Amino acid sequence: MKFGIVVSEGPYTHEASDTAYNFVKAAIEAGHEVPRVFFYHDGVNVGTRLTVPPQDDRNIQVNWTNLAKEHGIDLVVCIAAAQRRGILDENEAKRQGKDADNIAEGFRISGLGQLIEMGIQTDRLMMFGD
Amino acid sequence: MMEEGVKKFLYVNRKAPYGTIYALEALEVVLIGAAFDQDVSLAFLDDGVFQLTRDQNTDGVGVKNFSPTFRALGDYDVNKLYVERESLEERGLTADDLQEIVYEDEDDDWAEKPSIRIISRAEMADLMHDQDVILSF
Repeated sequence: MKFGIVVSEGPYTHEASDTAYNFVKAAIEAGHEVPRVFFYHDGVNVGTRLTVPPQDDRNIQVNWTNLAKEHGIDLVVCIAAAQRRGILDENEAKRQGKDADNIAEGFRISGLGQLIEMGIQTDRLMMFGD
Repeated sequence: MMEEGVKKFLYVNRKAPYGTIYALEALEVVLIGAAFDQDVSLAFLDDGVFQLTRDQNTDGVGVKNFSPTFRALGDYDVNKLYVERESLEERGLTADDLQEIVYEDEDDDWAEKPSIRIISRAEMADLMHDQDVILSF
């Protein structure tokens, strides 16, 4: 089965991004496909490379980056939600006149159309949030 | 990915319009999603029913009043807004407390018809059961 995943809560504050990560890993191990994960609301904060969690804690962003690299998962951060919360890639930073970007490896910023498209093109859409 | 066809999308709105950003960002998904020609419905339950109340005024909290946008949904062919009766009643609200939202029915000589349909909790369960994609906010 093909799963589309939405993460709609931020990392560390909320367990949603961990649960989604564990679900995606288990789904792939069970032979399912997860072509895309879409980050929305505070979920976009998973996509910053500047988080520095304590060393004895998991690094949620790095976990996602590694999982995506290993299985070719498209990690999409919603552009409208990202702009509100200060998640920028190099192009967006330049376009908005900001002095830095922070998008993590394996993540890309794109529009809400990617969420709808994922709903159309997958068998099941799973939303991890409140 | 899979073959493309028309799917039934349901946007479930459970939270009050202000206090958190969920309602506003849900509406942003609905507006973008309208361009994809899917079969779209919106559901309003729990505190989500407050999103449709009339005469909203946000001056005191300093955030944008986005409730007029709901009245534009008809122009996007989004005209099925299901409101749960029990959620209204539990909050002391009636249909009269909701703003009027209409669409023009192209199959009926563009007659203006109400977009809001008040349904029971049991009917809401049936509606959800009938969907392909549910996005919950």
